[in-house]
Amino acid sequence: MTVQYSDDLRAKAKEIVARYPADRSRSALLPLLHLVQAEEGHVSPAGVEFCAEVLGITKAQVGAVATFYTMYKRRPTADWLVSVCTNTMCNVLGGQEVYDRLTEHLGVGHEETTADGSITLEHAECLAACDYGPVMTVNYEFFDKVDPDGAVGLVEKLRGGERPMPSRGARLCTLKEMAVQLAGFADDRPEGVADGVAGEPTLRGVRLAQEHGISVAGFDPETPIKAQEAK
Amino acid sequence: MSTAPRREVLEKLTPVLTKRWLSPEAWRLDVYEQLDGYAALRKALAAHPDDLIQLIKDSGLRGRGGAGFPTGLKWGFIPQNDGKPHYLVVNADEGEPGTCKDLPLMTHDPHSLIEGVIIASYAIRANRTYIYIRGEAVNAARRLRNAVDEAYKAGYLGTNILGSGLDLDVVVHSGAGAYICGEETALLDSLEGFRGQPRLRPPFPATHGLYASPTVVNNVGTIASVPYIVLGGAAWWKTMGTEKSSGPMIYSLSGRINNPGQYECGLGVTLRELIELAGGMQPGHNLKFWTPGGSSTPLLTAEHMDVPLDFESVAAAGSILGTTATQLFSDQDCPVYATYKWLEFYHHESCGKCTPCREGNFWMVRVYRRILSGEGTFEDLDTLLDTCDNILGRSFCGLGDGATSPVTSSLQYFKQDYLDYIEGRTPPKLSAKQLVGAH
Repeated sequence: MTVQYSDDLRAKAKEIVARYPADRSRSALLPLLHLVQAEEGHVSPAGVEFCAEVLGITKAQVGAVATFYTMYKRRPTADWLVSVCTNTMCNVLGGQEVYDRLTEHLGVGHEETTADGSITLEHAECLAACDYGPVMTVNYEFFDKVDPDGAVGLVEKLRGGERPMPSRGARLCTLKEMAVQLAGFADDRPEGVADGVAGEPTLRGVRLAQEHGISVAGFDPETPIKAQEAK
Repeated sequence: MSTAPRREVLEKLTPVLTKRWLSPEAWRLDVYEQLDGYAALRKALAAHPDDLIQLIKDSGLRGRGGAGFPTGLKWGFIPQNDGKPHYLVVNADEGEPGTCKDLPLMTHDPHSLIEGVIIASYAIRANRTYIYIRGEAVNAARRLRNAVDEAYKAGYLGTNILGSGLDLDVVVHSGAGAYICGEETALLDSLEGFRGQPRLRPPFPATHGLYASPTVVNNVGTIASVPYIVLGGAAWWKTMGTEKSSGPMIYSLSGRINNPGQYECGLGVTLRELIELAGGMQPGHNLKFWTPGGSSTPLLTAEHMDVPLDFESVAAAGSILGTTATQLFSDQDCPVYATYKWLEFYHHESCGKCTPCREGNFWMVRVYRRILSGEGTFEDLDTLLDTCDNILGRSFCGLGDGATSPVTSSLQYFKQDYLDYIEGRTPPKLSAKQLVGAH
């Protein structure tokens, strides 16, 4: 079987490989897997073969890596990957109820896609946003302090073709578009990088300090760097 | 009702690494430059690299990723004039449950990390740095990649940086969803294009790290601290924190307080003070248990509210400072269920390389399900402790050790909560139906 991939994809693959030392091209494997996922929405046998061919390693070697990491999907995924944190903190704050309700509402379980092909659901481990818990993400963009009703409203908007604005971070793009960024390419939307102001929990401590005029005394940027004795 | 903190507690705040977050566009190079940005780099490039290593040693800076290893010492381990390429690898794979300090830093102040990277690379004589960022952290990665591009265009990266003769390339490398890659040797394997599984040590990364070359692996917060030390000096840095745990630290507070969030304080602040800064406990919630530094650090209780949160004092109290991910749970939260959810996490994230961690977590999850569905036996508690004995210290890396922390500590402090399930006083938290579908 010959893998049919576009010249554009091959050019991108070449660019990825060039980021690593010439004799260490295997380092490009993770970004390359993100790249093939950007083509098909999952890592298919053809995608595995493409990576193997680009790096001159075996399909088994590629497959062993692809199956290790959660973000590489082995089955076709929808445009919208909805992940609900059910790790302990989000869980006790209501994340489990959010996940259970979405499961019931969408009629799918973990890593399953709805019958209309619009949404893939998963429960996620700690997403490093515990101060905003319970959180869920759509294509890894955060929706903070969600509750079951809000989560159902959100997925219904997605199914209706809307792109609701995440609580923080950039406006939504599809999972395939996101995979291009994960492969290490810049977000080609100028607003993508500008979107997203810091949320209140992020700023709480520093704002409290500012409001009360607290700063660390004695900071002098001209402090000399001590030179050691000549050796 | 949120309560206002008293003045003496407010003075525990030390806004250093978080200060620029208040400027909404500090992620842009021009704004960063107006806010002291790249001043430390100019100053550092005028100094001898060895003097910079000594400066970091003098500052007492310790790794912010959990282990607290002295940073200057780590840099000093890199053999010089060995003819091999040296690498700096930044561990930005933030994923320890409860931890959420590095992602906001990279999102709102990415250039501070890049400036630290350049200074550290100059000190250890590295010409290539990889920032291994957690895959899911797309927002932080987007800002970081943008900042790297800006830095190249401005001549802060590339060849002959600011005319100093230093050449440095920086690559932002996204992971793909594996907690284990936060372990430094697993991270290196992952970065080399393999499954992220830890390596046997020795040899250590200082001599045989990335591509078997001398490598420093540092956490985001560690590297981002460097420009401030270069500017303000070691003595100023040590005005914060304690004698052995110097400097500021970002404490990530989550859970049953009124104002969860990031609070940067000198190392050694207490939980009681942090709760006051965070506006007190939520109404109707009394503190029952908490993690000082993520789920891999043994739980502490309301009795430990006055333990100074520095490396030594937390260790003396029987836990670990870890990543200062302070998760607070109340009398309305069940320590058995909380531990069970963490165990599901460790079971899912175990890389499978070593038997104690792979099998131990698999079986402990099943014991927890049995207890929580009302089918537990007294013997189960012995089984859990016995299993932990066979994981702790016998696993290949810290993931297995960490998994035992919530189990043994919750059994130590909250055995009654376990017995209440076993003896039927607490209604089952999991139903048989849920167990069928459990992952």
